[in-house]
Amino acid sequence: MSKLNSNAPTGDIDKRWEKHLFELSLIAPQNRGKYNIIVIGTGLAGASLCATLGESGYNVQSFCFNDSPRRAHSIAAQGGINASKNYQNDGDSTQRLFYDTMKGGDFRARESNVYRLAQLSGNIIDQAVSQGVPFAREYSGYLANRSFGGAQVSRTFYARGQTGQQLLLGAYSAMSKEVASGKVKHQSRSEMLEIILVDGKARGIVVRDLVSGEITAHTADCVVMCTGGYSNAFYLSTNAKGCNTSATWRAYKKGAFYANPSFTQIHPTCIPPTGENQSKLTLMSESLRNDGRIWAPKKIQDCGKDPREIAEEDRDYFLERMYPAFANLVPRDVASRAVKSICDEGRGIGTEIHGEKLGVYLDFSSIIEHIGEDKVREKYGNLFDMYERISGENPYQLPMKIYPAPHYTMGGLWVDYNLMTTIDGLFAAGEANYSEHGANRLGASALMQGLADGYFIAPRTVANYLAKNKLEPVGLDHPDVVKAMDDVKDRINKLMNAPEPKNSPDYYHKKVGRILWAACGMSREQESLKAAIEEIKALQIDFWQHVKVTGIDKDMNQTLERAGRVADFIELGHLMCRDALEREESCGCHARLEYLESDGEAKRDDENFAYVAAWEYSEEGAILNKEQLDFEFVKPSVRDYT
Amino acid sequence: MNFTLHIWRQKNAQSKGDFHTYQVDDIDSDTSFLEMLDQLNEQLIGKDEDCVVFDYDCREGICGACSLVINGHPHGEKKATTTCQLYMREYANQNELWIEPFRADSFPVIKDVLTNRDAFDRIIQAGGYVSTNTGSAPDANSQLVRKPDADAAFDAATCIGCGACVAVCPNASASLFVSAKIAHLDHLPQGKVQSDTRATNMVRQMELEGFGSCSNHRHCESVCPQEISIANITTMNRLL
Repeated sequence: MSKLNSNAPTGDIDKRWEKHLFELSLIAPQNRGKYNIIVIGTGLAGASLCATLGESGYNVQSFCFNDSPRRAHSIAAQGGINASKNYQNDGDSTQRLFYDTMKGGDFRARESNVYRLAQLSGNIIDQAVSQGVPFAREYSGYLANRSFGGAQVSRTFYARGQTGQQLLLGAYSAMSKEVASGKVKHQSRSEMLEIILVDGKARGIVVRDLVSGEITAHTADCVVMCTGGYSNAFYLSTNAKGCNTSATWRAYKKGAFYANPSFTQIHPTCIPPTGENQSKLTLMSESLRNDGRIWAPKKIQDCGKDPREIAEEDRDYFLERMYPAFANLVPRDVASRAVKSICDEGRGIGTEIHGEKLGVYLDFSSIIEHIGEDKVREKYGNLFDMYERISGENPYQLPMKIYPAPHYTMGGLWVDYNLMTTIDGLFAAGEANYSEHGANRLGASALMQGLADGYFIAPRTVANYLAKNKLEPVGLDHPDVVKAMDDVKDRINKLMNAPEPKNSPDYYHKKVGRILWAACGMSREQESLKAAIEEIKALQIDFWQHVKVTGIDKDMNQTLERAGRVADFIELGHLMCRDALEREESCGCHARLEYLESDGEAKRDDENFAYVAAWEYSEEGAILNKEQLDFEFVKPSVRDYT
Repeated sequence: MNFTLHIWRQKNAQSKGDFHTYQVDDIDSDTSFLEMLDQLNEQLIGKDEDCVVFDYDCREGICGACSLVINGHPHGEKKATTTCQLYMREYANQNELWIEPFRADSFPVIKDVLTNRDAFDRIIQAGGYVSTNTGSAPDANSQLVRKPDADAAFDAATCIGCGACVAVCPNASASLFVSAKIAHLDHLPQGKVQSDTRATNMVRQMELEGFGSCSNHRHCESVCPQEISIANITTMNRLL
C-alpha cells in the first residue's frame, strides 16, 4: 500500500539499534577514501557529521550559506541539552526520556527512532565534554543539571544560557580539525539551489557562490541535508534571518516527501513584537520558566498599570492555577495556548499593536528574594542582559514581558530509520528531517537530536548505503548535471526579470508570514485554512509577476538570495495549510479549534490520525502518503499535565 | 527619528570605495540598527538601486555575523553589544551616522560594508580543537573539573568570532580572538594536554594571515561584545 517503509527494526525496543548496527554494512578503513559525500548545512547536525565522516576517512564536501560554519543558527539555542544520565538520582532512565519525548510529542513520532535518541543521549554529553564544551559544574567538579519543560527530572545539561553556542563551537572545532586534515573540503557563502538526481539517486547539488554569483555543480556518491527548519515561513520567528527551506524544498520537488509540515512549534517565552518594521523575534530561554513565574492581571483594568503596583491577590498565575503538577513547566504548546487564551480574553499587557496587547509577565521577584540577585545573575545573566538590551527594561526590577513566537519546526523531510528520504542516497539530519519530536518538541531536545543524528546515526547509515550501492562516478558533463544547472539559471533569470517588477522580496515574505500566522499558527480551523490556501495561491502568482530584485545576479546580491527563499516559503506555506487542513484532530502544537476540549486541551484522534503525513510533490497538487504509527511500547494516553 | 547615513559603498575587493549619503526618516526608537538598514534597503529597491550589502544572521548577538564600524566604533559605542543588538533609541542625540566595514588587511572587503573573515576559520583549523574522535569519549563525569576552572573556560569560550577586536586594534592583531580559544581549552583537563602545540600553531597561523601582534593597547577588550578579558592574552603568551 504505502510507498513508505520506515525500515525500523523489530523486536525488543532496547535492542533495536544494537541489532540494526550489526546488520548495517561496513566499509573497511582502507576503502573509505574512495567515497565522496556532500553535506549541506553545517550547524550541529552538519558539523558533527562532517567531523565524524572525516575522522572515519571519507571525503566530505560541505557547504553553508553563512560566512563560517560557526554562525549556523544552532548557535542561538540557549537553555540546554537533555540526556538520561540520571546523574541527579531522580529516577531518570532511557525509558523515561523515551516516554517523555513520545508523550511530549503527543504520540505522533516513531517509537524506534525516539528510543534510539534516548539511548544515544548520554553519549552526546560524553563526546561534548571530551571536546572541551564548558558545561556548568557544581563545586564538587561534577556536571550540573537543571529541569526543563515537560519533564519531572533534572536531565538538562547547560552552559549558562549559551548551550547551543558551546555545542556548536565544539562540533565546529571537530569539523575544523578535519578541514585541517584535508578530509573535509568546506565552502562557506554557498547556497544549494538544486539537487542532482542520476538514475533516481541523489548524486550531487548545484550551488550558487553568494560572493560572485557563479553557479557550479558538485557531484558525489550521496548527499546529506542538514539545513535546519522553516520557522521563517512565518516571517517573524526566533530563527536567524537566513534560515530557510530552500534546500529541503528543492529536495521535495525532486521526490523527497515532506512530512507533517504543519507541525510547527510556537515557543511561549519570546519578547513580544513592538512595531511593524520588526525583523525577528527573540527567544527568552525556556529554562527561565524554572525560576520565573508567569502571570497576567486578573482584572482587565489593571493591564496598563506598572506591574509592581498590582497586588499579589490581583495577579493570576494562570499556569500554576491550571496545571498544578507541572505549573510553569508545562510543555511549550500547552503554555503557548494558555498565554494566547489569556490575551484573547483581553488580559494581555505591553505595547498595543492592531488593537491587541500581546504579552504576559514572566516574573523573577520571588526567586531573587529567595536566592539573591547574584545567584540569579550567575544562572541567567546573559539572558537578562539580552532582554534589557532589546526591551530597554531591567528584568531584575521589572518582570519580563513575553509572548509566544514561531521557534522550531517538527515537520521536515520524511526519513526512514536510516535517516534516508524517499530519494535514494539523499539523507536528512537535524531539524531538516521530521524526526523524533512528533507533534511537539520538548525543550532541550533539539540539540540532542541534531547531535545524535550527526555524531552517531548518519555516519553509520550513510556508510551502509555506500557499501550496498555500486555507484559509477558522475561527470560534470552528465546530462542530468547540465539540466540541473540550467534549471537553476532559469529560475534566477525569472527572479531577476519579473514582468512588472514592483515589490521587494520582504514585502512578499511579510505577506505570506501574516497569512500563515493567522491561519496556521497557534490555532487553526477549516474555513480559515481554506481561505489561506487561496490567498497563498494568489500571492504566489503576484510574486512571480511583480517581485523586484535590484542589482545583478553575477555579484553578491542579498536581495536575490531573499527572493529565492521567499518563493520557496510561499510554496511551503501552501503545503503547511493543506497539511493542517487534512489533519482533523488536535495534537501537540497542532490545535484545530474544532477539536479542542472545553478547557482548551487538544483532542487527539488516534483511530484516524495516528500517522505521519508524508506529502509527495506532483504538478497537479501534493499527494498525501501515510506512515501508520504503531505503539508497542507506550500506550498513547491523554496528555495530562495537571 | 530621522537620520543622515554616510555608508561605505565598495563594488568589490579590487575597486576603491567611498561614502554615499542617504536619508532615512520616521524611524521608530525601538527599531534595531540593522532593521533601520533594512528600511534603507527597501527604499533603495523602490528607487531601482542596488542594496547595501551587510553581514547579519541571528540578530540576537550570538552568531557573530554582524559587524560594522559606527561613528568610528566597531559595533557602535554601547558596551558589550553587537551591532544587531543596538537600538535606535541609543542614537537619540546623533542623527548623522558614519557606517563603515571592519577595517584590517586580513579582513578584505567583499562588497560595501561586508568583509571576508575566513582567516579566523583558518586559525581555528590550525589548532583550536581537542583531538578527540567521535565515539572514544569516557563518561562525562569521569574527569572532574573545578568549578572556577569551568567558569573561566566558559568566559573565554563565549567569544563569537566577530572580529571587532581586530577592527579596533591599531596593529590589527587577532590576539584576543586567538587567546580566547587557547585559554578556553587550557582551563580544562581535556584541552590542556595539547595546550603548548595549540598555542604555537594558532599564533603562527595568526601571523601568516597578516594580523599584527599585541602591544597592550587594550582596545580589544573594551569593544568586545562578549567582554572577553585580555588576561587570556597573558595565558597565551605563557604557553608560547
